[in-house]
Amino acid sequence: MSLILSTSTRALSPLILVFSIFIMLRGHHLPGGGFIGGMVAGGAFALFMVSEGVEVARKAVSVAPHMLVASGLFLALAAGVVGLLQTGSFLAGIWWDLHVPLLGELHLGTPLFFDIGVYLLVAGMTVMILFTLAEET
Amino acid sequence: MELLVLVLLAFAAGFLAPTLHRKAPELVPFILAAIPLSIAVRLFGHVGHVSHGGVVTTHLEWLPQVGVTMALRLDGLSLLFGLLITVIGTLVTIYAGSYLHGAKDLGRFYLYLYLFMGAMLGLVLADDLLALFIFWELTSISSFFLIGYHTEQADSRRRALQALFVTGAGGLALLAGLILLSIATGQTTLSGVTAAGSIADLPLATPILLLVLLGAFTKSAQFPFHFWLPGAMVAPSPVSAYLHSATMVKAGVYLLARLHPALAEMTLWTPIVASFGFVTLTVGTVLALRQTDLKLILAYTTVSSLGFMVFLLGLGSKYAAIGAITFLLAHALYKGALFLIAGIVDHGTGTRDIRLLGRLRHAMPVTTVAALLAGLSFAGLPPLFGFLGKEVAFAAIEQAPGGMVLLAASVVLFIGGVLAAGMVALVPFWRKTAEATPHEPHEANWAMLLGPVVLSAVTLVAGILPKLVDETLVSPAVSAVVGKEVHAHLALWHGFNVVLVASIAVLAIGFLLLPRAQAIGRSLNAAFQRLDAIGSEQGYKALIQGIDTTARSQANFWQHGILRRYLAVMVGFTVLATAAAWFLRDGALGIPNLAITATPFGALLVVGMVVAAFAVTRLPSRLAAVASLGVVGYSIALLFLLFGAPDLAMTQFLFETLSVLIFLRVLWGMPKMVARSSNATRIRDAILAGSVGLLMTLLVLVATTNQFADPISAFYRAASYVEAHGRNVVNVILVDFRGIDTMGEITVLSVAAMGVVALLRMRSRGEP
Repeated sequence: MSLILSTSTRALSPLILVFSIFIMLRGHHLPGGGFIGGMVAGGAFALFMVSEGVEVARKAVSVAPHMLVASGLFLALAAGVVGLLQTGSFLAGIWWDLHVPLLGELHLGTPLFFDIGVYLLVAGMTVMILFTLAEET
Repeated sequence: MELLVLVLLAFAAGFLAPTLHRKAPELVPFILAAIPLSIAVRLFGHVGHVSHGGVVTTHLEWLPQVGVTMALRLDGLSLLFGLLITVIGTLVTIYAGSYLHGAKDLGRFYLYLYLFMGAMLGLVLADDLLALFIFWELTSISSFFLIGYHTEQADSRRRALQALFVTGAGGLALLAGLILLSIATGQTTLSGVTAAGSIADLPLATPILLLVLLGAFTKSAQFPFHFWLPGAMVAPSPVSAYLHSATMVKAGVYLLARLHPALAEMTLWTPIVASFGFVTLTVGTVLALRQTDLKLILAYTTVSSLGFMVFLLGLGSKYAAIGAITFLLAHALYKGALFLIAGIVDHGTGTRDIRLLGRLRHAMPVTTVAALLAGLSFAGLPPLFGFLGKEVAFAAIEQAPGGMVLLAASVVLFIGGVLAAGMVALVPFWRKTAEATPHEPHEANWAMLLGPVVLSAVTLVAGILPKLVDETLVSPAVSAVVGKEVHAHLALWHGFNVVLVASIAVLAIGFLLLPRAQAIGRSLNAAFQRLDAIGSEQGYKALIQGIDTTARSQANFWQHGILRRYLAVMVGFTVLATAAAWFLRDGALGIPNLAITATPFGALLVVGMVVAAFAVTRLPSRLAAVASLGVVGYSIALLFLLFGAPDLAMTQFLFETLSVLIFLRVLWGMPKMVARSSNATRIRDAILAGSVGLLMTLLVLVATTNQFADPISAFYRAASYVEAHGRNVVNVILVDFRGIDTMGEITVLSVAAMGVVALLRMRSRGEP
């Protein structure tokens, strides 16, 4: 494997991952969102896989990809159920205003958790397919 | 609520059975038997009230949107059936504990048995038409599981499926019939329908009658659907005794009896019902005499008895209803006992072949007595209850139009019944010779003897003292059938009349011929050998095979496994169907707007895309083709950006990158590309691809020029921040406004991903 690729990957991957979370979070007001963020995260691991090999990449993910998919789906579903319980309408957005010490006002809602679910699912799915492809061919 | 609780109690017992069986296998039969016993006691408590014309009802909203209620109603007919179900159910539960002693899956057996019990109770108590249908189907399904109890035997599975197909098909006909009945009468309950009187003058009367009869005839094994019942004999003997003799197969008779007030006055009723019943009686008797297996003889005589009940109901008179109900009760008692006895003989000797069996009275004294009582009741000897059943039935036949002819025919067929009764209940026990049986005969334990002894004792007591059952059970049931108060006046002695002569003739000739019964069977076998090839079971087999063959050739034709051809069919069909719709409804979609304005940069992108797309088809290397395809994708992303859709553009960029990555990974190990397609194929594919491209382009152009409603984007833009607290409209739509769509999409995505992974793994394991 190329030393340049390997080194730059090690430096870049964490940054891309952080960036993917940023993209997901900013999606609420500006271009971005869970789907795109998830794909970026998947891309980070894909890069890792290309430069370091599948086994190293699998270790880097540290959770089984299908668990990512499952927990993403579960989180999205749970976010929907909160709305169902509170208003009787599945997936209705519920918002909370929180006062967090040091951070100040925090405006939180179930759509955010829904989006995090989408993020996890898309990232997990991308990784799952790519890893399997790389292993099986 | 009480009736619903009784039904649910049986279901609950079923669901507890597997756990109980794991914890206390020896006690299960007795713990479970307490349930039907207490239901029976509860039902007995209503005898006084119901026999004076009272009813007990339960009414619970179930699906109020479509007018379905869980309406249950206990009247005379339901009470008679309910008692049969629970009393015989109790005995069968205790019997099965010993019969299937040590079976690993006895818990599963009891689960099915009690599901059936609950379903059957629900069936006879149901007042709502759809509730009746649902319980009806549940009995078919639980019967399927019970017939197929020996899941490891192919024959057992096949017979179970056969029974399910026949009764299930009839069930569908019944559903249609009940819905039509509900539409025609405007009633949703059985009590409402029957209270409204005959439906003869209503518009849909004939289809209703035919559909309901189809349901009843398949369930009660009427010719030509009779073949599933002997097939069901692969089930363990307690199941045969309970479902396929005493209760479930009588559901069809129950339905005919229940709808008697509504249907019996139609002109088609007697011709159809009576003749199908009589043909079934004849076919069942003839086939029974040809058998040498105890259970098969009993199965075919059950077919003939069911035919007889249907025949009596078909006559449509009050006397015929008395005959049908009395005969039904007598039949349930003696035939249930005889099936259990057949199980005891099988259990105690290892065979059910009457050619081997004999002298069993020495080894099985108690069984012999019970068999004698049940068998003589079957033959119709006084003072057993079977005699009464036959007497009132004959009396009803005599009074029907053409009575003497029908009576003479019935006498001949009942002689066959006496022979069958003798073959089952007398020959194995009293014959002086016997062949060696697989194991030395031994008497059953008390748990297995309890059922036959109780049932045959009831046969005897009810025969001697008919008053015990007359005003309490039989008359209220007949009243429910006829729709007005009736008294059956059951008595052993009705004076010296034609009916008595007929009875004596049956018995005398029957017992005279008994020693020659097997010879008669053999000659019948010789005479009817040819008919076997064209019987209705052959028809069923041909039908099933035909379906199989058609399905296989269809699957092979469409599912050829060649991806390119799948794609060609799908794309080609889409183009043809859409184009056809466009031409046929010409003008409806308007003319595509061809006045297109474009920025120079946009135009440049489009030209680049066209060139790249064309290159994909001509490039000699796969990698180059993939890269070229990537150019098309990135250009689309740029177009999105150009038209102010940064979210879409971002997604497209990322997707393009990942898909190129995946493509490369897949193409890595592929052999060098060789041009295999002929020029003709290429031209064909080009035409196909070109036409779908053209069609989509035109569609988009048409769609953008036709505005059927105000664009919804304005609303989203306005509501995005106010209602959903987000400024990125696209994302708000995804996670909030149309959240449920996204939910569906991500679910599909994860399922698809699992599919991809599973396929890849399968290939690497060497599976196709």
